[in-house]
Amino acid sequence: MSNELFTLRVNGSDHDVADSWLGESLLDVLRDRIGLMGSKGACTQGECGSCSVLVDGVLVCSCLVMGASAVDQEIVTIEGVAPVGTPSDVQQAFVDAGAVQCGFCTPGLVMAVHDLLERTGSPTDTEIREELAGNVCRCTGYGRIIDAVQQVAVRRSSDHDGGRGDAS
Amino acid sequence: MRASDLDDWTTGTALDLVGSSVDRVDAVDKVTGRARYTADVQLPGQLTGVIVRSPIPHGRVVSIDTASALGVEGVVDVLTADDIDEISWYEDDAPLLPGIVRYVGDEVALVVAETRSDAERGVGALSVEYEPMEFLTHPDDVERPGAPELLGNESADEVEEDGRGDVDEAFDDAHIVVEGTFRTPVAIHNSLEPHGAVADWVGDSITLYTSTQGVNDVREQMGERLGLNHNQVRVVSEFVGGGFGAKQVAWKPTMLAALASKRTGRPVWVMNDRSGENVAAGKRNGTEHTVRIAADPDGRLLAIDADVRADRGAYAVKGEASAVSGPYLHLYQCARVRTRVRRVRTNTGPAVAFRAPGYVESTFVLESLMDELAGELDIDPIELRRRNHSSRNQQEDLEWSQPEGLLRSYERVAEVARWDETDDRDETDGEDEHDGLLHGRGFAAHDWLAASAMPPGHAGVEFNFDGSVHVSTSAQDIGTGTRTVLAQVVADELGVDISSVRLSLGDTSTGPPAPTSAGSTTVPTMAPAVRAAAAAAVDDLLDAAAEHHGVERSSLSFDGTHVKSSAAAFEDQPLGDLLSDLSPRVVHGWGGRETIAEDVSPRAQGSAVAEVSVDPLTGEVRVTSITVAPDCGRILNRRLADSQVIGGVTQGIGFALTEEQVVDHRLGVVVNPDLNEYLLPTVSDTCTIRHAALDIPDLRANPLGTKGIGELPLIAVPAAIANAVRDATGIRLHELPITRRRLLEAIASSEALDHESGDHR
Repeated sequence: MSNELFTLRVNGSDHDVADSWLGESLLDVLRDRIGLMGSKGACTQGECGSCSVLVDGVLVCSCLVMGASAVDQEIVTIEGVAPVGTPSDVQQAFVDAGAVQCGFCTPGLVMAVHDLLERTGSPTDTEIREELAGNVCRCTGYGRIIDAVQQVAVRRSSDHDGGRGDAS
Repeated sequence: MRASDLDDWTTGTALDLVGSSVDRVDAVDKVTGRARYTADVQLPGQLTGVIVRSPIPHGRVVSIDTASALGVEGVVDVLTADDIDEISWYEDDAPLLPGIVRYVGDEVALVVAETRSDAERGVGALSVEYEPMEFLTHPDDVERPGAPELLGNESADEVEEDGRGDVDEAFDDAHIVVEGTFRTPVAIHNSLEPHGAVADWVGDSITLYTSTQGVNDVREQMGERLGLNHNQVRVVSEFVGGGFGAKQVAWKPTMLAALASKRTGRPVWVMNDRSGENVAAGKRNGTEHTVRIAADPDGRLLAIDADVRADRGAYAVKGEASAVSGPYLHLYQCARVRTRVRRVRTNTGPAVAFRAPGYVESTFVLESLMDELAGELDIDPIELRRRNHSSRNQQEDLEWSQPEGLLRSYERVAEVARWDETDDRDETDGEDEHDGLLHGRGFAAHDWLAASAMPPGHAGVEFNFDGSVHVSTSAQDIGTGTRTVLAQVVADELGVDISSVRLSLGDTSTGPPAPTSAGSTTVPTMAPAVRAAAAAAVDDLLDAAAEHHGVERSSLSFDGTHVKSSAAAFEDQPLGDLLSDLSPRVVHGWGGRETIAEDVSPRAQGSAVAEVSVDPLTGEVRVTSITVAPDCGRILNRRLADSQVIGGVTQGIGFALTEEQVVDHRLGVVVNPDLNEYLLPTVSDTCTIRHAALDIPDLRANPLGTKGIGELPLIAVPAAIANAVRDATGIRLHELPITRRRLLEAIASSEALDHESGDHR
């Protein structure tokens, strides 16, 4: 049970993590050590997707990844998908489509949608339903979230410059 | 100003913002991860507490060895029953940390440490010795003759009875009687943000950041137990990650955090983990209903007789009060009704209100029986409901505030779901030759009791010196959109742009008292209150302007940007200029909703149509569409209302098809206290959901005509789905959820019956 110093690269900046138990989850390190509270711990068992972040471009539940194992990897959290004051196209679509209620699952869903649209430019309805099935939302009933994904897909395909603030 | 003094906003009133789909005012904070929830509160020196829970369903705590936990690096404190006296919990006044645990998950101790991982290792090191006692987790076992009295069950003569007329007589000579015994499951709210709190005790006062539906109630409940007055307890709940009823009282994590903060002199963070959330943070009570209904040849109800058992768990929680008798008493015109409700205690977690408590359960039962009645008499299901329409509260002998609301719902839901386009039901049900699936559709109606609001609710409206508007109230927004719709109402009352209106809420220190967000009553309570406050602020503005300029008060008016006068010499004055002139006088107004309508019975009713396809080989039910028409009165924000509808319907799909807490009754253990096996609907389970909006201002309910929508879209959905499954398969399911296993077993036993009777389909 050693406590050591390690460095994580999060949203383009290096963060020294001191006194962390090496078994601590990336979610706890992000929230409790680095102070990035956007990723939410709703189940901390990898079942709800609220803590989703990108590690070297791969969408993961940060509650299932050890913080110390993400050394030397590029971590992107909800705070890093767009500059402050300029929401990403996905974030803006969630606002425009009304895809938000209590908002606790929203950061994880935004990350998952960024990831989905990065891999699949124009997802079908079935693809959206499969790809986002790991993100649980208890309030919205998902309908508006599907709308938001489709809005971004349409905008991106009609605008080849791509959306603002892509996550990768 | 009192809300009752407001002019009515009739259908003719010109409103800019109310009724339009204004963006949720806090949406950007939420999509960017900036919104700060209880779990996100981090104060200097903050410690983390992890709750130690009982692993046995009933037994005595013999000893707790805290030394081993205290020896773990980082562990600062361990709270056990020995450290706490005179703090009781639940309605039962049970000890906060009981010496006799009553269910798996009951709180036993709190380990407090520098970090969560330290605390978790401390929990691992803590050893608790238990002496197991006999337990009963199934209500059938509790009611079995000769069963031991473990938890002080209410005896038979304490059964809650209600109704009207001579029921038994009606059954004796009825044309037709339909009856059955039905069961509904224990369902878990599973808000994405668990229950919890951060407590910061400084001197003789405490600040509690807590995820709650009622900051004022938490202040009162905590203050009372800690011997503190309202000034010494500040409760903050800026953003709440869902509630659905489970967060309408103060729960133990809040008190444990408070006590730990007092002992350690540092802020303490305590949040349930997902397992704790599933076993110890409230549940929809499991119910069993034995019901019979009698009707005449035209389908008019002669009598309803309902016997209901509710499993309330090991403790009674304020706010549970599951209104299971409501639909039987109120949904239909019926001269003879009897409801008997008994609440049974089991060695399981406590029940608490869950979105339309009692109503979802009983509506499933009553509407299943009404569907059977329609089938037996060969009457269209909606026509049957029309024939039994009630325009009044028969228990209180008062007219509904909107006597035709339910009839309008039937019309609208039928139109949007195209009910009448397939009037020969045989054409829609049964097997489709092309896909091998069975298709069906079902209808259900619902009542809801709480449209009348939950006064008192208060608010203040103040003009900042630049003319922008600050609204203060200690209501809270649990994710529904309270911040947004209240801002719309204030902006329209003042005639100002919504961007200049800001609300402070979710904090007992920043606004006057407001009720707990429950029963869909926040809008009908607080929308009139903030509107009255805005009207009072305009009064104050014009009083001040009259005094300042020495003109007749009655000649002045305010149009949202300027104060104007009919007096010739008066030049229109911009609001900001006037406010600067008036400084240091602050222009403000107070408003309150003090009473509810007494000459009518405010009600919010509605109906639903479900379409399903069933695979008879696998037992899988797919809901293909749901249409709901809730009479929520005036719709303040169509997009937010739609959002409530889609979310509520989806919870209804979950309750109908997948959600069920499963207990191993041999061990007394919940076997699915997680999101892996407690099956919440995911995006894959969704279907076409249509909001057949009514938007009928109910001005007898309040001067805005709005009644709240949170609960409504859920209530009839499980019943409509069950009726659609019946339509598709010919099988009446008497138990929810309609899992594949239950449906396949029902199909198998109906085939067996068919074989016995020689009826080979």
